[in-house]
Amino acid sequence: MADKTFRLEIIAPDRIFYSNDIYMVEYNTVEGEVGIYADHIPMTQIIAPGRLIITERNEEKQAALLSGFVEITPEKMTILAEAVEWPQNIDVNRAKEAKTRAERRLSSEQGGVDIGRAELALKRAITRLDVAGK
Amino acid sequence: MASMRDIKRRKESIQSTQQITKAMKLVSTVKLQKARTRAESAKPYFQKMYDTVQSILSKSGNIEHPYLTFNGSEKKAVIVVTSNRGLAGGYNNNIVKLVADSGLPKESVEIYGIGKKGIESFERRGYYIASDDSDIINEPLFSDAVEIGRKVLDAYAAGEIGEIYLAYTGFKNTVVHTPEFIKLLPVEVKAEEESEKKSQAPMNYEPEAEESLDLLIPKYINSIIYGAFIEAVASENGARMQAMDAATSNAEEMISTLSLAYNRARQGAITQELTEIISGAEALN
Repeated sequence: MADKTFRLEIIAPDRIFYSNDIYMVEYNTVEGEVGIYADHIPMTQIIAPGRLIITERNEEKQAALLSGFVEITPEKMTILAEAVEWPQNIDVNRAKEAKTRAERRLSSEQGGVDIGRAELALKRAITRLDVAGK
Repeated sequence: MASMRDIKRRKESIQSTQQITKAMKLVSTVKLQKARTRAESAKPYFQKMYDTVQSILSKSGNIEHPYLTFNGSEKKAVIVVTSNRGLAGGYNNNIVKLVADSGLPKESVEIYGIGKKGIESFERRGYYIASDDSDIINEPLFSDAVEIGRKVLDAYAAGEIGEIYLAYTGFKNTVVHTPEFIKLLPVEVKAEEESEKKSQAPMNYEPEAEESLDLLIPKYINSIIYGAFIEAVASENGARMQAMDAATSNAEEMISTLSLAYNRARQGAITQELTEIISGAEALN
C-alpha cells in the first residue's frame, strides 16, 4: 500500500532538522492526530504538541514536535517547527520542572490569559517526557 | 616644533589606543564568525516561513482578517534593533537615521527598542519609547523574539497600534550590511508571480483559514523578529570589526608620522648641542 514516498522537510529556526523521502508521517494538530501519506491534497495545519512519527524505508523515527505548522503541497511537505527535539536531546529534568510549574499555576486557580499559557506549557512538558520515555 | 617629550607622550598614548582597537578587532572577528554561522544556519527557516506565509496568503485569495487589514489606529509601533555598545562605525546611526527619515510622523511612532544605543538616540530626538529590551541582543534566543512579538501583537489586537514596523541591519556578507525597514503588520501580500505558479490547487486549512491565520501570523512575526536579531548581531560585529580595523590602521599612520617628527626633533636637539659645544670650544681658544 504505502509504497510511494514523498519528500518531508522539517525546518527549525536554527537548522534543517530533517529532510528525507518517507512513506508516512504522523503528528498531532490542533484538530487532532493525523497521518499523512504521499499524494495528499494541499493542506495547511497548525501543530499541537505531540509525538512525531516518521516512517522511512526501513525504520521508524520519533521526535517531540511542540509547535509550528505544516504545509503540504503536491511537490513536498514542509513542517516549520518552532520547537522539535529528538528523544535523546530532550532535557528531562527541565521538562519535569516545567510540568510541576505548570501544574502549580493551574491549581492556583487564578483566572486570565495565563491559564491558556500554562495549559500549553503543561502539554509541551508532558509530550517531552512521553517521547523521552520517562 | 613640539618638544621631544610631547611627541613621545603623544606617540605612546596612540600606541596604547592602537593596542585596544587591535584587541577589539580580534574579539569582534571571533564573534562575527560565530554570529555568521548562526545567521546562515537560520536562513532556510525564515526563507521558508516567508515563502509559506506568502503562498498561503496568495492562494487563499481575499480573506478578511484583522491581521491583513488596517485596524484604524494612527499609532505605529517600530521595533528597532541596534547594539548595546558603540564603536561600530555607523551601525547604530544608520538605523536611527533610517527610521527618522522613513516619513512616519514622530508623534505617532512608538519605539520598541532593543539595544541601548538606538534607544538613547531616539530619546534624544524626542520619540516615545514603549519598551526597552536591550539585554537580549547580547545573546538573542527564539523565546525573546516570541516575547517581543507577543507584546506588539497584544497592543495590535487591543487596537492601541495600527501598524508594526521592524528596523534592523541585514547581513549580506562580512563587509556588506544594509539597514532594513520592513512592515510586519498588516501583512502585505506580494503580487503573485503568475509565470511560475502552475500548481493552482486551492489550499485547504485545518482549522478554517481565518483561525489558521490567527495562529500562523504570530509565528510568522516571531520568526521575522528572531531573524532580524541574529542578522543584526552578525552585522554589529561585522561593522565593529571594520571600524576597529580602520582605527588600527589610522593609528598606525599617526604613529609613523609622529615617529618621523620625533626623530627629526631628536636629531635637531643633537645638532644644536653639537653646535653649542663647538662654539663654546672656539670661544675658549
